[in-house]
Amino acid sequence: MIALLIRDLKLALRAGGGFGLGLAFFLIVVVLVPLGVGPESATLAVIAPGILWVAALLACLLSLDRIFALDHEDGSLDLLATAPIPLEGIVSVKALAHWITTGLPLVLASPVLALLLNLPLAGYGWLVLSLALGTPALSVIGTFGAALTVGLKRGGLLMSLLVLPLYVPTLIFGAEVVKRGAAGQAVDVPLLLLAGITAGAAALLPFASAAALRVNLR
Amino acid sequence: MWSDLQLGKYEITVLSAYAVALVLIVALIVATWARGRRVRRQLEEAEARLGRNRGEA
Amino acid sequence: MSIWKYANPVVFMRTSGWLLRWLVPLTAVLMVVGLVWGFAFTPPEMRQGTTVKIIFLHVPSAMLGINAWLMMLVASLIWLVRRHHVSALAAKAAAPVGATMTLIALITGAIWGEPMWGTWWAWDPRLTSFLILFLFYLGYLALWAAIEDPDTAADLTSVLCLVGSVFAILSRYAVNFWNQGLHQGPSLTLMQKQHVADAYWYPLMICITGFILFFVTMVLLRTRTEIRARRLKALLARERMG
Repeated sequence: MIALLIRDLKLALRAGGGFGLGLAFFLIVVVLVPLGVGPESATLAVIAPGILWVAALLACLLSLDRIFALDHEDGSLDLLATAPIPLEGIVSVKALAHWITTGLPLVLASPVLALLLNLPLAGYGWLVLSLALGTPALSVIGTFGAALTVGLKRGGLLMSLLVLPLYVPTLIFGAEVVKRGAAGQAVDVPLLLLAGITAGAAALLPFASAAALRVNLR
Repeated sequence: MWSDLQLGKYEITVLSAYAVALVLIVALIVATWARGRRVRRQLEEAEARLGRNRGEA
Repeated sequence: MSIWKYANPVVFMRTSGWLLRWLVPLTAVLMVVGLVWGFAFTPPEMRQGTTVKIIFLHVPSAMLGINAWLMMLVASLIWLVRRHHVSALAAKAAAPVGATMTLIALITGAIWGEPMWGTWWAWDPRLTSFLILFLFYLGYLALWAAIEDPDTAADLTSVLCLVGSVFAILSRYAVNFWNQGLHQGPSLTLMQKQHVADAYWYPLMICITGFILFFVTMVLLRTRTEIRARRLKALLARERMG
């Protein structure tokens, strides 16, 4: 499994692997919002938590179809499915690799972008923490969406339609943590709920993803 | 009876709600009925055709 | 004898054909009576004026919007566990009906909200949850439409329905948490008012029954069509084989 993880990471880092695209997308969305909303820093400070979370979510979405598509094309997914590792494990590793290449850079870059949106100082820690806790759920849920649409020709748009509603709870709790943190309120409840969703998704969704994958490889 | 019906100042509100709902329900019924009829006809044709083929063989 | 004998397509077709002969007229009568009663013969309410007449559409369609998804969940589970084709096809048949009901609930709610709340759309927890439910319906329908092989489609949509149900419930609570206390009142009072005046209660009950029967009728009709479509597909495939 570790070998698979290293292989996936190497593939993503290689030229054309798409690493950094998500990060660049995150940056562009965050730059575009003030251009649309206007430069008043007070307004930006209010919407910053939501914008940062929505941008992170879209950046995650963008790279989802890569999780299985390339492996499906060259047939290595079939090989993986017959490997001695259970498919649930493979799916989890794929989600982890996606998180390391997409989610983690977003988490690390978010404070810089929060600066652009004039997020109140108290919110920075909560922003990084909520993204660190929430983006794994985005990767795991996204892996499920990718597993559902793996064999389809134009799966990308369909996958967005399937995955985005599933992102709702994560988005709400994640943005709520930052909003409350920035306003200096107690954040423990949304933070715990966010962590709960991530833990639950990481524990249970790989079974659904593996089931979907088995159907698609049948 | 209809002339006695007074909807008052909310006339447009109530009428549009009923209109939208009826349009959607009728659209659903028509879509269901049309597809049902088409599939049924095609199935009958296919069954008749296959029955003949089997007879000739 | 058990309920599972209805999973046999032939038995299902015979039974549903017999049922529909009674269901179609009964549904038509109940819906026409309930809606005409609600529309024409109910007095204006003190606070809401004549807009109260909208509940005869709004409440039944909202109930069915949720319950149709529940029915799809049960049908999907039955398909996954027992592999009865009728079950998968029934789930497929129910989705457009549920989506339409959800849409009716949303639109009538918005139309009612305009004079009552002064806005077409408020991010009220209930409204928001329904909008999210509608998105789930769209995704489910899109997945059915995208996959060619019927068994694969049935499997994948069933899995999506299970996962979607969990996340729909999570979203419901998340939305409540997200906007607690802001717009709770207006939509809740209407639902929780146990002492609805009889003048509204009877037509409302008729409408709810009518809508439920409408749902059942529609699902039966659409399931029959799906069964025929599958048989047609099998016949055409056999024809091509020679």
